[in-house]
Amino acid sequence: MVLVLALGDLHIPHRAPDLPAKFKSMLVPGKIQHVICTGNLCTKEVHDYLKTVCPDLHITRGEYDEETRYPETKTLTIGQFKLGVCHGHQVIPWGDLDSLAMLQRQLDVDILVTGHTHQFTAYKHEAGVVINPGSATGAFSSITYDVNPSFVLMDIDGLRVVVYVYELIDGEVKVDKIDFKKTTTATA
Amino acid sequence: MIADGVEDEEKWLSAGIAGLQQNAFYMHRALDSNNLKDALKYSAQMLSELRTSRLSPHKYYELYMRAFDELRKLELFFKEETSRGCSIVELYELVQHAGNILPRLYLLCTVGSVYIKSKEAPAKDVLKDLVEMCRGIQHPLRGLFLRSYLSQVSRDKLPDIGSEYEGDADTVMDAVEFVLQNFTEMNKLWVRMQHQGPTREKEKREKERSELRDLVGKNLHVLSQIEGVDLEMYKEIVLPRVLEQVVNCKDELAQYYLMDCIIQVFPDEYHLQTLETLLNACPQLQPSVDVKTVLARLMERLSNYAASGAEVLPEFFQVEAFAKLNNAIGKVIEAQENMPIAGVVTLYASLLTFTLQVHPDRLDYIDQILGACVKKLSGKEKLDDRQATKQIVALLSAPLEKYKDIDTALKLLNYPRVMEYLNARTNKEMANVIIQNIMKNKTCISTAEKVDALFELIKGLIRDLDEDLHDELDEEDFKEEQNSVARLIQMLHSDDPEEMSKIIHTVRKHILTGGRKRLPFTVPPLIFSSLKLVRRLEGQDESVSGNEASTTPKKIFQIVTQIIESLSSIPVPELALGLYLQCAEAANDCDLEPVAYEFFTQAYILYEEEITDSKAQVICIHLIIGTLQRMHVFGVENRDALTHKATGYSAKLLKKPDQCRAVYACSHLFWLDEHDRIRDGERVLLCLKRALRIANAVQQMATATRGSGGSVVLFIEILNKYLYFYEKGVSQITVESIQDLIELIRSEMNGDNASSDPAADAFLASTLRYIQFQKDKGGAVGERYELIKV
Repeated sequence: MVLVLALGDLHIPHRAPDLPAKFKSMLVPGKIQHVICTGNLCTKEVHDYLKTVCPDLHITRGEYDEETRYPETKTLTIGQFKLGVCHGHQVIPWGDLDSLAMLQRQLDVDILVTGHTHQFTAYKHEAGVVINPGSATGAFSSITYDVNPSFVLMDIDGLRVVVYVYELIDGEVKVDKIDFKKTTTATA
Repeated sequence: MIADGVEDEEKWLSAGIAGLQQNAFYMHRALDSNNLKDALKYSAQMLSELRTSRLSPHKYYELYMRAFDELRKLELFFKEETSRGCSIVELYELVQHAGNILPRLYLLCTVGSVYIKSKEAPAKDVLKDLVEMCRGIQHPLRGLFLRSYLSQVSRDKLPDIGSEYEGDADTVMDAVEFVLQNFTEMNKLWVRMQHQGPTREKEKREKERSELRDLVGKNLHVLSQIEGVDLEMYKEIVLPRVLEQVVNCKDELAQYYLMDCIIQVFPDEYHLQTLETLLNACPQLQPSVDVKTVLARLMERLSNYAASGAEVLPEFFQVEAFAKLNNAIGKVIEAQENMPIAGVVTLYASLLTFTLQVHPDRLDYIDQILGACVKKLSGKEKLDDRQATKQIVALLSAPLEKYKDIDTALKLLNYPRVMEYLNARTNKEMANVIIQNIMKNKTCISTAEKVDALFELIKGLIRDLDEDLHDELDEEDFKEEQNSVARLIQMLHSDDPEEMSKIIHTVRKHILTGGRKRLPFTVPPLIFSSLKLVRRLEGQDESVSGNEASTTPKKIFQIVTQIIESLSSIPVPELALGLYLQCAEAANDCDLEPVAYEFFTQAYILYEEEITDSKAQVICIHLIIGTLQRMHVFGVENRDALTHKATGYSAKLLKKPDQCRAVYACSHLFWLDEHDRIRDGERVLLCLKRALRIANAVQQMATATRGSGGSVVLFIEILNKYLYFYEKGVSQITVESIQDLIELIRSEMNGDNASSDPAADAFLASTLRYIQFQKDKGGAVGERYELIKV
């Protein structure tokens, strides 16, 4: 069992002062094995904070990141799953599932994590999953109205992954769960 | 010389210990054989060792402790003697035959202790006798230790209330009288010590004297332990008598120590009820006494007492503690003209802490204290004294911590005036404290007036107060500071659009003074604050609201434009371009076509004139296409102009693969599922064909320069785009063209010049798998895919 935290579009300090305190208290060091961040942190301070949550940190570059050395895309293998990460502003139309699916095919991954829209989504698509963890700070977005802060925790166990979505709605953390089983190992 | 002195002292001490031990040995033998006469003789000889004048207090103490241990044994013997029938009165007479006065008095005290225990005479009489007799020793060191011994053996035998030695009438008074007398005498001896010996050793002597202070202070401790000393007695007798001695001894060391001792050993409520007496003593102390520390300690104690529970607060009000302390502090500061500014601020900081604790509702008191501080600081240069600045930061932080609300601090008129006296560095430090306080408490600052006051308060972070300082500042620290200002801007919010608009104007006014280094940090949060306001106003019908003064999206866009323009001098074109596009989309949502067009124009101008880095161009072109794709406000003409430009920029990127990707991305500008009027299959096809041409060119270039074909990934990407539009039903995308493309890819991959590329293989495989997947789905989509022969 491996826990993977996926989050992005924090936009600190341009659009949000900080992560919600309720999220911070949940993200204690030592519980999470990998952190995936889709980008737009935007400062080094946030980067350092994520490092404290878990040193195994994978970041791709958002258009507002002060750190320009983050890669455009990144792939990593966790257990039986191959994961791809990309901020998503490069994939036009933004947030379009069919276009994201093309990126998923290109990276040849089971799970694709992207951001940019600040809207949490998780789709099962063909043989994989396309996830957008939303904005961890609930930052303003020209694409999405009324953004709630959200992040995603993936529990990867063998051929199964359970995606937990944590969303802060009116000060309360709501959790949702999506189950996904990998049926084929054709991509291996 | 000094080394010799130390050596000599060691020698004298060992000689003294040897003499003491030898006589103690004989004394023990006498005790064992119940020989009272010998016991007295040897004990007197043993105690004679304490007559030495050659030891420093430290060494003398060592010798004394050994004698003390022996005397305990002797006391036990005396006690047994009396139980064997020896008369205690006789014993009391007998020990007075000792030849020397010092041993005689130690023995007398020892027997006296047994005497009191026997209860054959009232405790008060014996104690009185002893304390009087001790006057016989006037040598300061010897006298101090003798009286210390008396105090030690008598402390459990005082005729206190509830004690077994309590007499019939009012004997508490005798107990108090005894301790007070012993205290007074000891203090006199202690003070006198400083005059013994040569002047050149004065410093050393004072140090030694300081080591003995606890012997004197012990008496105050004993007093505080006496049950019978109630508030009444403390107020009427104990405190006045102790203070009398403290004031009259005119000794700096003693006064400072004893004042502190009084404050520490007696209970809080006593202090509160005798505040006036205690405070009145302060101006009477020697000018060199550190009164401010004494007062600060007193206030600290009282603050803690006030914090212990709300039920004690009425006591404070009843005695008007604030007025008294305030008055006393004023007097002390006035009297001690040379008091360093750090001292003055320390005093005010203590008073402020006290006031916050006792009168949290009295902002006028708080402001009064700050005002007094300003008065004292005025006419002086900016503070550079580290100690003083530290204290000022403490002074200014206290109200923030207490109220957890910057609003309150903003009401204090003297607050910013105190900040004026901080140097640039400290001013910044304080500004940071303020911001952190706001962030920690999630305080929302909700009026333009407050925002204005706040920015005035933290101006150390908003603009350069001191040019030199800026140069010294570390780049990282500067970033951190400005990021915290950016965070702060998020906390400025009003639900009322009019007020929010005023807040935006106010923030703009302040941040524009920040200069080019700060603007890239402070502009974006303000723009987003403004866009949030725009979103709230969205859909508001302007003609209905009608009011000239009212806030409209249009007006906000005007100010937003000005704010972004301020970035042009820096320049940070990528940032500005991103912001313009955000605004364009906001204008789109408000159905303001001309405004949106203007924002796009600004973004394009920046792209053409300022953004030269090829990597930055790639990011920007994606943002441009991505935003433009979402715009629905534009009429045909405007839209054509903008899409035409965007495709043009795409085709002019430096690297061919970037060109290719940007161009196929442009195809999405001509086909929107949700808009009937934007469905131009011809131009979608044109884009894809153009992308194909570029991909071909990439391939040829690779063959020409490296002798082998480049990656076919671009072709597969375009294939996916063909599939995308095919699936959407774009008639111009034909089955044939898709199959041709697949053929092309296959031949490129298997051709003579092909280089192996696992990523391309996997991409093609997953694309073909996708086609199969769609076929298997059935339905309309499945049917379309069924036509493709793979």
